[in-house]
Amino acid sequence: MSKVAELQVNGKTVPVSAEGERSLLSVLRDDLDLTGSKYGCGEGQCGACTVLLDGAPTRSCLYPVGSVGQRKITTIEGLETDGQLHPLQEAFLKEDALQCGYCTSGMIMAGYALLQKNRDPSENEIIRAMTGNVCRCGVYQRIIAAIREGAKTLQAK
Amino acid sequence: METPLPARAGESRRDFFKTLGSGVMVLFLVPAALAQEAGSAGRRRRGAQAPSEVSAWLHIGEDGAVTVFTGKTEVGQNIRTSLTQAVAEELRVPVSAIKMLMADTDLVPYDAGTFGSQTTSQMASRLHRVAAAAREVLLDKAADYLKADRASLTVADGKIFKANADRRQAVTFGQLTKGQKFTKTVDDSTVVTPASQWTIAGTSVPKVDGRAFVTGRHKYSSDLKLPGMLFAKRLRPASFGANIVSIDTKAAEAMEGAKVVREGDFVGVVAPGSLEAEHAVNAIKVEWSAPEEQPSSANIFEYLRQNVVPGGGRGGREGGAAPARADGNEPVAAPVADQTLKQTYTVAYIAHTPLEPRAAVADWKEDKLTVWTGTQRPFGVRSDLANALGIPEERIRVIVPDTGSGYGGKHTGEAAIEAARFSRAVGQPVKLVWTRQEEFTWAYFRPAGVIDISSGARNDGTLTSWEATNYQSGNSGLQSPYKISGGDQKTTFHSTRGPLSIGSYRALASTANHFAREVHMDEMARLLKMDPLEFRLKNLSNERLRAVFEAAAKAFGWGTAKASAGHGFGIAGGTEKNSYIATCAEVLADTASGTVKVLRAVTAFDCGAVVNPNHLKNQIEGAMMMGLGGALFEAIEFKAGMITNPHLADYRVPRFTDLPKMEVVLIDRKDIASAGAGETPIVGIAPAVGNAIFDASQVRLRSMPMVPDGLKG
Repeated sequence: MSKVAELQVNGKTVPVSAEGERSLLSVLRDDLDLTGSKYGCGEGQCGACTVLLDGAPTRSCLYPVGSVGQRKITTIEGLETDGQLHPLQEAFLKEDALQCGYCTSGMIMAGYALLQKNRDPSENEIIRAMTGNVCRCGVYQRIIAAIREGAKTLQAK
Repeated sequence: METPLPARAGESRRDFFKTLGSGVMVLFLVPAALAQEAGSAGRRRRGAQAPSEVSAWLHIGEDGAVTVFTGKTEVGQNIRTSLTQAVAEELRVPVSAIKMLMADTDLVPYDAGTFGSQTTSQMASRLHRVAAAAREVLLDKAADYLKADRASLTVADGKIFKANADRRQAVTFGQLTKGQKFTKTVDDSTVVTPASQWTIAGTSVPKVDGRAFVTGRHKYSSDLKLPGMLFAKRLRPASFGANIVSIDTKAAEAMEGAKVVREGDFVGVVAPGSLEAEHAVNAIKVEWSAPEEQPSSANIFEYLRQNVVPGGGRGGREGGAAPARADGNEPVAAPVADQTLKQTYTVAYIAHTPLEPRAAVADWKEDKLTVWTGTQRPFGVRSDLANALGIPEERIRVIVPDTGSGYGGKHTGEAAIEAARFSRAVGQPVKLVWTRQEEFTWAYFRPAGVIDISSGARNDGTLTSWEATNYQSGNSGLQSPYKISGGDQKTTFHSTRGPLSIGSYRALASTANHFAREVHMDEMARLLKMDPLEFRLKNLSNERLRAVFEAAAKAFGWGTAKASAGHGFGIAGGTEKNSYIATCAEVLADTASGTVKVLRAVTAFDCGAVVNPNHLKNQIEGAMMMGLGGALFEAIEFKAGMITNPHLADYRVPRFTDLPKMEVVLIDRKDIASAGAGETPIVGIAPAVGNAIFDASQVRLRSMPMVPDGLKG
């Protein structure tokens, strides 16, 4: 796989110099210092590394950076605008939907992707969309509440 | 009072003020005997720095900034918030005015570690005292400053003013601390605000640095980057205890940028990138010695029974067999029982599976080693590093960023030691992050265990005898809280040999022993044809335990009709570390399809005065959720010295789809000192679910996990 020279990250074109076989997660974290996306399993089983590729939630730990091309990458660092948290981030705080916080970026990105597609997801739709994301601290009930809360705020906008 | 500050060997009080700036400092002194005890619990070795008698301190700078120094670690249990509340409460300042400096061995006083639910019961209590004393010092100074009667002064929002006077004449903390180099020591006798008068402690203060987590800005150990930092990867043995027979590293050495490090059987590669390091390690040709004969997960329970460590047995209380009777007489013969029951219960080895695997960044520079790592024992890991590397502790600094969870699984510093060895070998900073497979294989596990229980009871529900024996998984929670009429219970714990590395886990032994006891109680209730709750209450005199059982049953609707066939109700409870818990569960169980779905779980919990209701509820919900994994499907499988399911695809952890409707009832006892709550809430869910499965299906399950392959009729 050839070298990757640039990526579209959080609305900007960013120069990189990375072997294409490397994982997108490694390039984001080690080369671009975007460490909000986490390594949890390296097997696509936990969702801690979830980023969006053209809006679709993607396991960046398994995704070769050489396959990204011109697709737009959105990471947790791209959700704030002008120092304002995204309503879903606010909702995670309001619902206390985290303990250690290590899964939180992946949870928010998976939830964000869901809300882009479905403005008013039911509890079952949230569970189906999110069940690939593991929270070992077990705050699932609160994460569901946060996604519903975020949806409410977004609808009111 | 002149007090040496033992943060760093040789550091004097003057140095300390030089570092922190002038101001007022209050230190908490632990009685020497306690400090020694804490030291031995932390597995200190000869030659290590003696444990400090100072366990925490607080500094108020000339700008009024309040900084608290403690060796405790934040792993998601939200103690950064609860400890801040303790200080804010006593100092009468907003939570946002306090900086909590935690778990940096160069800056904070010695601490044995963050485990055993001691942060709230001990450290919070000490910080209340430290902050209360600081407030009193400031009041003394304010009385001089304002030339006012001390009794007429009020403290609020970081200012002190005369009651009934214009608040604009208030003096700030900073004005009072300016130019001061004042220290005071306090101990357990310092008076603190009673919980009934709390205004900040006792409230649902949000996670103090929550914004850093929802934005991804918080830097865990695995997120850190130093100039010139390289990535390391260790070559792992083919099985536990294997040694290198032959090795050829030429191909790895030939790879660009890769440097092979070999110190005996410690072998690995350091490279500019993590993938390069991985490729180079994979290029090493190595032959490992064959594993010795070892038991597998298929025959582990027989193995544990047959491999008791002689002399390793302990009674349920501080050694010996049954506790002596208070009257000094031999126990009377147990009254004749109408029903007797003898059963065996087992629990499997399980993995903590913290979502942040072990990780460390080590920087070995001019004989000084700095390591950032996620551990629950920063000072213990400093000792372990000193021993592993042969340098004095004084030259080692361990810093623990708020960590991606532990659950008792991060008492050790394996990644820290590995990263330090690699950094020393290459003379550059090194990052080392365990893969999930390494975490599943080379970390330690919650021990497997076998528990035998024999009991007797009369037809009216009175328990007449109780004998419980635990093999390997531990003593805690083995003693039953139920009264035994006319006799004493007998409990025995046997240490055993075992094939896997074992260690702490959130309420490890207590989870196993509560499962065994509370399922056994359910079985006996069924034999007696009594309601399981009624049977428990008949044998319970402890008011706090009765209260949580009654509260959980009420919130759950115990005794009401079930929705339909296939639904079952179960109840369980107990006490651990001065907290009381009862959990009710409703399941849907179907032997035809093998499906078990936990529909509802209600836990009532009493840990004394509640410090942060919302965070406490979060802990309890999380513990129930985590506990479902061990209850239903989590089990480490192994044979021939290797873990055979070291992946999340093969080791099933609870997910969104496993979530029951959860409800938590808090019993806030403002008259009782707060106890920790990170562990005890996990002990009720497994037996409650097991008992509910029986209620639904008449299938009695006595092994955790209960349904790894579905429910069989």
